[in-house]
Amino acid sequence: MDLIANHISHRFGDLAVLDDVSFTVGAGEVVAIVGPSGCGKSTLLSILGGLLQPNSGAPELRGAPPADSLNPLTFVFQDFALLPWATVEENVEFPLLHTQLSAVQRRALVDDALRRTGLTDFRQTYPKQLSGGMRQRVGISRALAVKPAILLMDEPLSALDSQTRELLMEDFVRLLADGGMGAVYVTHNLEEAARLADRIVVLSRRPGRIREVVTVPMTRAARGEAAAREKLLALQNQIWSLIRNEAIDAEREVQHA
Amino acid sequence: MLDRATTESAAKDATTRRVRFRGAGFVPASSRFGGWIALALVIAIWQAAGSVGLVNPLFLPAPSAIARAIYQLAISGALWQHLSASLLRIGVGWLLGTAAGVAVGFAIGLSRLARSVGITFISALFPIPKIALLPLLILWLGIGEEPKIATIALGVFFSTAISVYSGVDAVPRNLIRMAQSFNVPFATIVRKVIWPGALPAILAGFRITASVALLLVVSAEMIGAQYGIGAFVLQAGNLMQTDQLLAGVVILSVFGLAVGKVIGWLEMRLLHWR
Repeated sequence: MDLIANHISHRFGDLAVLDDVSFTVGAGEVVAIVGPSGCGKSTLLSILGGLLQPNSGAPELRGAPPADSLNPLTFVFQDFALLPWATVEENVEFPLLHTQLSAVQRRALVDDALRRTGLTDFRQTYPKQLSGGMRQRVGISRALAVKPAILLMDEPLSALDSQTRELLMEDFVRLLADGGMGAVYVTHNLEEAARLADRIVVLSRRPGRIREVVTVPMTRAARGEAAAREKLLALQNQIWSLIRNEAIDAEREVQHA
Repeated sequence: MLDRATTESAAKDATTRRVRFRGAGFVPASSRFGGWIALALVIAIWQAAGSVGLVNPLFLPAPSAIARAIYQLAISGALWQHLSASLLRIGVGWLLGTAAGVAVGFAIGLSRLARSVGITFISALFPIPKIALLPLLILWLGIGEEPKIATIALGVFFSTAISVYSGVDAVPRNLIRMAQSFNVPFATIVRKVIWPGALPAILAGFRITASVALLLVVSAEMIGAQYGIGAFVLQAGNLMQTDQLLAGVVILSVFGLAVGKVIGWLEMRLLHWR
């Protein structure tokens, strides 16, 4: 299943946020979206996931999702969005409650998702008892439980410390390794984008337009090797040179707002 | 000259001194028995003042006289007669007002139409002292229990509706968006996200409405009732039986405390995740 951003434009009142953004996320592909602060990255993700209606253009799907997918487009949120009154297990089961699955089937999906994210021993724990990294693992586990075709990740690591970010990045690389699941990964961190994405969509300053789409010229598996580091760094520098001046302007604009 | 000054300064700096602790206080904590000890102390002073004749018992009966009055009320059966009448009015009035308030509060919190209509009416009617409506309610509903119960229900309704829709408004939007992103149906979002999210505000509202109900039952019983704690207090006041009057006040206070404890227990059970 492909996800297509088809000439998407959006305004919040008088403020133009996105202007004619078009690109396609192929099946199993990971596309990162980067750009200066306020360029509409998160807005674009909300539109792609059907949580926000664009002023013009539309998000579209091409092809059928995998037969076992319960929610083809599934978000992983920056702030985790966990139900604080529910245990880890109940949070992961929450999106399955309204499906036709039996309790046994739901339990199997929850068990599998918890196992894949290393949360099996924390199933009865409440979110407030977990660290930020573990909370985000619950968010990822909940997303995996519905067997998504494409994960929509809105800066999923930005609220975490650098060590936790590193550990979760390794988890993302592992989860996306087999190509069975695609992702749109919104981030302001170019290193994360270069490490995870097959292609990087670079947006301009507000209103966000596509400045360039950069293809990462190596497999994700190869990016862990020492020889790849220099190439990835060069790629990050290339993208940074594209957005640096606009990032400075955007930061000043935010400060003066 | 400069070298000497630097050396002296270095010698002065070599002595160590402890950094003064400045972080005490401003911590919202209370000692477990502090309140009870203070209460016991006040009662003891009050009793002592009465016993040595410092206070005229007509103006302020001693705690022992009030305890005696409560005991006599209990053994005569009058306590239960008055208390049961008040409890029935409070119970029925509170339940009716709460049920209607929760329903209307959720409607206002969830529906744009209900919000625009409901908030206008609530803003207009909430500030009216409900006891002022009692004569009108007697005219409409007769002189039985109904107008008193309706007065309590009205008073409870507005506070409940306001706390419920405020609670619904306070549910983090990101949780609702999360649920929508998983195509969770509206009813499940209300049941599994909005209801538990609004519960802290709803329970906080219950504390207020329990006090409102107590206030209104006493007022209503003072205006038109033969039995009930309010009627008893008014009767005792008219007869200058201040020990009886204060016995009624103590019973009301104990009732308020008991309700507070029940709500505290409910909060502990239902909001343990906080």
